Amino acid sequence: MKYLLIEDNQELANAIAARIRLDGHSVDHAAQIGDAIAFVEASEYDLILLDIMLPDGDGRSFLREQRARNNDTPIIVLTARSQVSDRIGMLDLGADDYVTKPFDHAELEARCRAVLRRRAGPAQTCITIGDVSFSTVAGELTIKGETINLRNRELRLLELFMNARGHVFSKQKLVDRLFSYDDDISENAIEVYVGRLRKHLDGSSVQITTLRGIGYRLDHDG
Amino acid sequence: MTAEVNVTGSLRRRLALILTGGAAVLAVILFVVVRALTSQIAQQEQDNILSASLSSILDSAAIIDGQLQLDFPYASLSMLGTPADDRVFYAIYEDETFLSGYGDLPAPQQLRIDRPEFATHLFNADPVRIATGARTLIGTDGPRVISVSIAQTQDALALRLNGISRNVAILGIGFFVMASALALWAAATTSDQLMRLTTSVTRRGPQDLSPVAKPVPSEMVPLVGSLNTLMARLDQSLTQSEDFIAEAAHRIRTPLATVRAHAEATLQRVENPENRKALHAMIRAIDESSRAAGQLLDHAMVTFRAENLEQVDVDLNELLSELVQRMKPVAEMKDIALTLETEGPALILGDPILLQNALRNLIDNALKYAAAETAVEIRVKTEPTLTIQVLDDGPGFAADEVETLSGRFVRGKDTGNKIGSGLGLTIAQAATEAHGGHLSLINRPEGGACASLHF
Repeated sequence: MKYLLIEDNQELANAIAARIRLDGHSVDHAAQIGDAIAFVEASEYDLILLDIMLPDGDGRSFLREQRARNNDTPIIVLTARSQVSDRIGMLDLGADDYVTKPFDHAELEARCRAVLRRRAGPAQTCITIGDVSFSTVAGELTIKGETINLRNRELRLLELFMNARGHVFSKQKLVDRLFSYDDDISENAIEVYVGRLRKHLDGSSVQITTLRGIGYRLDHDG
Repeated sequence: MTAEVNVTGSLRRRLALILTGGAAVLAVILFVVVRALTSQIAQQEQDNILSASLSSILDSAAIIDGQLQLDFPYASLSMLGTPADDRVFYAIYEDETFLSGYGDLPAPQQLRIDRPEFATHLFNADPVRIATGARTLIGTDGPRVISVSIAQTQDALALRLNGISRNVAILGIGFFVMASALALWAAATTSDQLMRLTTSVTRRGPQDLSPVAKPVPSEMVPLVGSLNTLMARLDQSLTQSEDFIAEAAHRIRTPLATVRAHAEATLQRVENPENRKALHAMIRAIDESSRAAGQLLDHAMVTFRAENLEQVDVDLNELLSELVQRMKPVAEMKDIALTLETEGPALILGDPILLQNALRNLIDNALKYAAAETAVEIRVKTEPTLTIQVLDDGPGFAADEVETLSGRFVRGKDTGNKIGSGLGLTIAQAATEAHGGHLSLINRPEGGACASLHF
């Protein structure tokens, strides 16, 4: 997926962009509306993350302008304002969703996923390894032509593994990546989800290997 | 927020009272003056006739052979005839010696030769007008003064005066009635202008602080001017405080967001358990403070809006389905099935922002306390009253806390380490009460909590 992040706070933008890249997406960063317009004209994006208070104007005017130009790229607004009426107004202007700063990255990711699924176009990203094909947006796992619907936590876990084949994830890392900090998740919960994924992947050319005391790794036969 | 107004009388009543009082005084003055004038004119008329009669009698006096002779000319008496058959009396004196007539007829104080003297006296219990004239006759033995008094009762005069008085009284009452009607009308139209201004101000919605545009009479311009200035100031201070809150929130939240994002990113790299623990604590603290700030602002906003309740048609089903769509990603993070079940149309008159806020807080709570891979159900019931239930499979409320949970900053004991401000239920309750409803919290017999809004 290709993201456009429009955010004037450089530090925050770097942190958000780093996290999005970690999820396996590419990000362009625009610090003001002028740059953002240049980016949007130069290439196509799957999703735009838009801050509201920008140095050269109001993010809402960018939003209105894009919609007026029939650019229907999904837009999620990052707002630091907490006025409820403001939030409603943003959706009226054509935003697909919004998150209030500071936000949990897991929530942003969940919202991005929901928006992409809602707007799912023909070009769905599929990761294929051996006889396993996985649609991250739809959350569908296809093994030898048979489709299984994954639960949200399962599909996020699988996405992590499939995006970084051969990489070893510690349980801690997985907890950090998968769950909101508000959740009471013990590392044992990871074992449950890994167990479920193993059951789904049973009989395919892909398996999750346990490295005792270190973590898990996705392996592929052959 | 309506303060007791100190009332001193009514402008309209005062104006009507002054105008009708004035009209009454004018009517009385009119009556008195016209009556006095006409009685004066009528008296003048009687005096003229008496004077003519008197002079014709005096003219007939003569001294013949040293003897005073006086013939009453017929005309002198006939001219005194009136439709009311007034009686006529006379008295004749020669040099103060009574000669003939009614000797007890009151005589004038002073006798004048050149013109008759008039006076009104009571004679035989009737008011009479007496004219007295004198003439000097030169006889052989010197000048002799003949004086004659003619008196006439005033029945005809009184009759005429009464007739005129009645007409003047009718005129006066007519004038008073018309003037009063005019006064009431004038008072009504004057106060009507004020009423119209009042209605145009009170009919506005709570958010309308635009100046009064309706044309007003020039006397009301200063009032409307100060009203407009006041509203402009209020509007400005409201906008300023709204802008200030938005700006303050932005200034606080942006750096918090930066720190949080950094902490999260660092957490992905750091292995040392002690550092990880510190980073976790940091993220929690940021979440706590930003959530508290957000809820405090929301609470202030709900209190403000509840006092100036907007009244528009709100479709709760539509509002809920939007909310469900909005909350679904959060529910999915925990693989919670968030569903909406509706019995029928749920229309309500109220403030959509308040209602949305109340419902969002209930759903938020349910998602927060429900376990992963469970269900949160929203039910819209229309019978017997409109009720919205949010049900979850979480731990439920502690029985001894159900009564106190909606208090400000009150949180349950079993919240674990969930982040919360203790204001969510307070907000939901305040928003519902503003719409004449109430919030109830119960534990479901099959386990889990049920929070309901009853309208």
